[in-house]
Amino acid sequence: MPLTRRQTLGLLVGSAATLWLRSRPAVAEGEPSEIYTLPPLPYGYDALEPVIDAETMQLHHNKHHGAYINTLNKALTPYRQWHGLPIEDLLRHIHQLPTAIQKTVRNHGGGHANHSLFWQSMAPNGGGEPMGELATAIAATFGSFSEFQTQFQQAGLKHFGSGWVWLVLTPQGNLAITTTLNQDSPLMQGQVPILGNDLWEHAYYLTYRNRRDQYLEAWWQVVNWPWLSDRYAQMRALLA
Amino acid sequence: MAFVQEPLPFDPGALEPYGMSAKTFEFHYGKHHKAYVDNLNKLTQDTELADKSLEDVIRITYGDAAKVGIFNNAAQVWNHTFFWNSLKPGGGGAPTGDVAARINSAFGSYDEFKSQFKNAAATQFGSGWAWLVLEAGTLKVTKTPNAENPLVHGQVPLLTLDVWEHAYYLDYQNRRPDFIDNFLNQLVNWDFVAKNLAAA
Repeated sequence: MPLTRRQTLGLLVGSAATLWLRSRPAVAEGEPSEIYTLPPLPYGYDALEPVIDAETMQLHHNKHHGAYINTLNKALTPYRQWHGLPIEDLLRHIHQLPTAIQKTVRNHGGGHANHSLFWQSMAPNGGGEPMGELATAIAATFGSFSEFQTQFQQAGLKHFGSGWVWLVLTPQGNLAITTTLNQDSPLMQGQVPILGNDLWEHAYYLTYRNRRDQYLEAWWQVVNWPWLSDRYAQMRALLA
Repeated sequence: MAFVQEPLPFDPGALEPYGMSAKTFEFHYGKHHKAYVDNLNKLTQDTELADKSLEDVIRITYGDAAKVGIFNNAAQVWNHTFFWNSLKPGGGGAPTGDVAARINSAFGSYDEFKSQFKNAAATQFGSGWAWLVLEAGTLKVTKTPNAENPLVHGQVPLLTLDVWEHAYYLDYQNRRPDFIDNFLNQLVNWDFVAKNLAAA
């Protein structure tokens, strides 16, 4: 599945994007409640069973992701000049935003961006291994795909409290495993998230309870490597 | 000397009629709290911290990047024990006596306290805790992220509510505000608050 224009725009880096943001005229578009909208899941709520149960998917998508969007839209309502931008751009330029909304964009805008990527990163009948450039880069960086999986799971297990474990592309074009607190996005640190797994208990509690380790292990079965391999190639091309 | 998990001050099913299920306790007390105790013992084994009090371990390791794992587990052991004691079957509602007077004097009214506590618990983004504390002689509502607690801020903790998702996900799922309301209306152990105030 190719990346949408929105996702590609979200990758704009450096001074061109900064200038573009600064010179952007105030626009009045849409109802404030529709500044950002909940993207539909690319599959059914029960499509990832038994790895992720349907009730978890419903709550996670409708309620948790939905609430991030509602809170984000409410906070952004008076700031019309910031409407209509990909959420990735707001996160990348978080320190240029009015101070009054930085925290909400970081937490709830981060929640929107992180979850939007998360849904795309999974698919029914997922699993297997990455392909193409991504497969090569993972093997070169971590030694092997299974070593990457081990390190990714360990980082996810070790992270204390709510957050995310990521495979990111650094500004230098390297792959790295990182974790972020709560809904912090790697975009705020100039990194491009390629793949992220949600470590908030709401992502796994109904099925796995306290066993985050089992969730991290099972999750590989629903990872959408064809889409992610495609995403990686496009992100690399944009960095080049 | 190993750190021990204090027994629950009530039967694990005792809060079932008051909005906190035995199932939640099976995991929250039986798995999460226990894991913090086990981890703390593993991490402090054969170190000088193993012989300190739990409160001392928390104060000593706070802010030390090399000991963050010990701090997290120690503080979570303490926070959970304090949380179980903050709960009482059929508790909640407005306090009476000295506690009521202190609440009114600090917040103006019980309703204002309730509103501040609800707000703190609802807006603690991600995992954490909401607290009623005594700071410089005055009652105050605060919130802390993850394992952090009032002991490291020179405050005296009086009451707490766990707002990690594991505290409410089996009973309330995403509805944290309902979980907070239930705590205030049916679970707050004001006797425990009175005891903590008297000892402060």
